Amino acid sequence: MNVELTASLSPAVFVPAPSAFDLDVAFGITVAIKVAFILALFLVVPLVVGYMEHKAMGRLQHRRGPVAAGPFGTLQLVADGIKFIQKEDVIPAAADRKVFALAPGLALVPAILVFLVLPFGPGVWAVDLELGLFYALAISSVSVLGVMMGGWASANKFSLIGGLRAGAQLIAYELPLILAAIAVAVQAGTLSLVGIVEAQATFTLPGTDLNLWFVFPQILGFVIFFLASLAELSRPPFDMPIADSELVFGYMTEYTGIKFAMYLLTEYAGMVSMSALMVVLYLGGWQLLPGVGLPGCEGAGGMFDCGWLGAIGGVVITLAKILILTFIMVWARVAYPRLREDQLQRLSWLVLVPLSLINLAVIAIAKVVVF
Amino acid sequence: MSFGEQYGTLAILVIAGSVLYAIIMLLNRVMRPSVPTPQKLTTYECGVDAAGVGWSQTSIRYYVFAFLFVIFDVEALFLLPWAVIVGDLDATTPISPTFAIVAMFLFVGTLLEGLAYAWKKGVLTWE
Repeated sequence: MNVELTASLSPAVFVPAPSAFDLDVAFGITVAIKVAFILALFLVVPLVVGYMEHKAMGRLQHRRGPVAAGPFGTLQLVADGIKFIQKEDVIPAAADRKVFALAPGLALVPAILVFLVLPFGPGVWAVDLELGLFYALAISSVSVLGVMMGGWASANKFSLIGGLRAGAQLIAYELPLILAAIAVAVQAGTLSLVGIVEAQATFTLPGTDLNLWFVFPQILGFVIFFLASLAELSRPPFDMPIADSELVFGYMTEYTGIKFAMYLLTEYAGMVSMSALMVVLYLGGWQLLPGVGLPGCEGAGGMFDCGWLGAIGGVVITLAKILILTFIMVWARVAYPRLREDQLQRLSWLVLVPLSLINLAVIAIAKVVVF
Repeated sequence: MSFGEQYGTLAILVIAGSVLYAIIMLLNRVMRPSVPTPQKLTTYECGVDAAGVGWSQTSIRYYVFAFLFVIFDVEALFLLPWAVIVGDLDATTPISPTFAIVAMFLFVGTLLEGLAYAWKKGVLTWE
């Protein structure tokens, strides 16, 4: 490619959208605030989702769910955490002790890192990376290394098979996930997650003033992304790496106490971050309804440059959407039986991958011709 | 925020996350009882003594999928920059949008042909 061609093809230089945490203070303080924000999100929202899962599963199975700890059982998971931290740590004599102890950490840390780029409301994000979407997808698939390490280090046949299945599941479902996400990037013309929210707030159906979220033109992509993220998270009906009826408890068979709790926390944090990603990519971010802006917001379809009222409203809307999506995940867990391992692979390679490529082709042609 | 500050935040978050895990493990070490017995430390296998070692050889039926994955994942990497730029193309740019789309379809189509071949050969189904 010659110089002239390169120059004329390069898009405008990316300017990251400023976060509300970018105060006029030293870099160290800004980073400390952002890290505290991310860790607070990471430690609180998954617990809320976990409580919702307890209650929703209970009701769907004609039980009441937790009722004893705190009002309506709301402190159940806090009580569980206190219990877990006092539990004896049993490491089997045959296991590889170092890898066994490190594995839950390697699964946990990437689950925290995804929250770096997720926008939760106007200005409420830590960092707006130019490669935000790519970063989120890449980091979220690192957790499986911790799962495979744990499965191998346990020196248990069930754990080993569970770990290998987790790896196989990731390689099968990473593709539909990333291909569906690329179709969103085509339509938005950016990989920045904040930029994608803005693109949705300003996207109108060609020839009309009707504002639409990307879920409407890309309903196929949304369904593919939802199924693939369920599989990436090993959530039922795609929980073959755990498969309690065949593999005891899969890669977690030998884990007890706090290390087991770390794997569970990883799973719930993954549910939150994947749901947040779906909200950003398909469901309009912090927009209440298509075409409806937030109070006190000026920029891009009434979604940016907000006062504190708009910011809080935006965060509440995002969290509500996340809770709805995670509820659907729980609902799927209760409603459907687990797939067989070969059915899982076939569903991905012969159905989801071709469909996501068709989706990408349709969106790319539509982007050039219509949008 | 500059490029360095953005990825500096990421680096600090990696450290903070690791420290969080270390603190939780340390807290557990301080608060937990430790009464190991030989029976407790055996490998779990349906309640009987484990046969052989846990690191036994297993037939990974899905290694063919791993090959396919590498091919398509590299393809996805090529698709990402294409996806960002394809909407900006028009008649004034040196590359027309039609050319960009047809070129990418040929690339993806070639790979899909490989997937179809693997399907026809029956390596994607288990006996």
